[in-house]
Amino acid sequence: MDDFSESLRLTFHLLISLEPELVEIVTLSLWVSLSATALAAIVGLPMGAAVAVLRFPGRGALTALLNASMGLPPVVVGLAVYLLLSRAGPLGELGLLFTPQAMVIAQFLLITPIIAALARQTLADLDAQSREQLQVLNTRPARMVTALLWDGRFSLVTTVLAGFGRAIAEVGAVLIVGGNISGVTRVMTSTIALETSKGNLALALALGIILVTIALSVNLLVMSVQNAAARRYA
Amino acid sequence: MPPPDATPEVAASLGSARTSANPLLPLTVRGVCLQRSGRTLLDDVNFVLESRDIQVILGPNGAGKSLLLRVLHGLITPDQGTIDWGGRSPQLAQADLGMVLQRPVMLRRSVLANLTFALAHSRVPRQQRRQRALDALQRAELQDLAQQPAPRLSGGEAQRLAILRAWVQRPRVLFFDEPCANLDPRSTQKIEHLIREVHASGTQVILTTHDLTQARRLAGEVLFIANGRIQEQSAASTFFQSPASPEAAAYLEGQLLV
Repeated sequence: MDDFSESLRLTFHLLISLEPELVEIVTLSLWVSLSATALAAIVGLPMGAAVAVLRFPGRGALTALLNASMGLPPVVVGLAVYLLLSRAGPLGELGLLFTPQAMVIAQFLLITPIIAALARQTLADLDAQSREQLQVLNTRPARMVTALLWDGRFSLVTTVLAGFGRAIAEVGAVLIVGGNISGVTRVMTSTIALETSKGNLALALALGIILVTIALSVNLLVMSVQNAAARRYA
Repeated sequence: MPPPDATPEVAASLGSARTSANPLLPLTVRGVCLQRSGRTLLDDVNFVLESRDIQVILGPNGAGKSLLLRVLHGLITPDQGTIDWGGRSPQLAQADLGMVLQRPVMLRRSVLANLTFALAHSRVPRQQRRQRALDALQRAELQDLAQQPAPRLSGGEAQRLAILRAWVQRPRVLFFDEPCANLDPRSTQKIEHLIREVHASGTQVILTTHDLTQARRLAGEVLFIANGRIQEQSAASTFFQSPASPEAAAYLEGQLLV
């Protein structure tokens, strides 16, 4: 119990003093996960919309594949990226292993299917409502995709948020491809794992509190944006 | 003839002054049948539309009116039969066909953006879209709502916007599927006024209704449909005076057709 209260005291000290090491870890976490989320949104949203709107052979199979890959284990994604980027791997020459860029790639691969699958679901519902209307307005299929992406923009914010939540909270992929190198690839989740195993609970707990706070504030922000939008366009 | 209150610019923006013959007419429908899950919904439909008057497809609910419109537009391909728009298939004619759905879907953007979206899909240059959209809104007295979100419009306003949205694309033929279902008399009046303007601008109007009074007000020619079959095609004056088919006579007398 003494241990625990001592940890709490240290935690608040760390939070208030804004230790440079702590700031660095939090900044890198946000940079990696926000970059991965932005890239995954750029790829995943149009992909999900295309599967929802366009009619092509293999569409059902692709939908099933997207839905299934929402559950990709981060360590498996990390391992795959590790193999790709390792010295002997096909992309080894890029020298990206154990860099923040490698972590962005791993998280991007992890959350793109999540964003695509959730976007597909949202936009398939919207497509069912508005398809005939768009057809009688002579909308070409490619423009139906962009029209529905725009009309679904407020719901899609939640989709992107789900991707960000997954990225910022996962540890398996960043640990494998980043290596948890102090000052280079150490992020919140990998530091929590490391410091906990070392018994250094204060830093781990401080980071845990920051992680949860970030997750909560992003969610609150998005919810308020959505409520405003819903009032306008419900 | 554009109505007297229309300025030339507004009339031009909505595609009037098209007095030349409509290249999509005559519409020739031959032997159209449609079955869905074992039920015959359209049963050997044959007719020719040549008249430039407002065409009303009249009949009870479930007669196949909406389905017939969708088949004519090419949204649905019939199991049998042919549809010929002055030599073109529905698919080839589609760019010149418009439809106002019974429950129009408003895009989740502003009233104005709903119109510029439609204009963008009829190859109107970007720099002209806004002005054309504003002109159209003025015509339907919706200009004050230009920046409002379209999904928040009332039923009557939404229907008027839907008509404008279809009309700004300058279709040669515009279908209206039960345009005044569930609307109050005042909204109905505004919408019928708009439909007459569409027709006066040179766009052929084909509308469905189950409402006899609306058919009397608007129809130049009546196609009476019941049980998936065209029972009668007559000039409106003849139809309401002395219907040729027993089904139409019964409907006019207010008997229930089942």
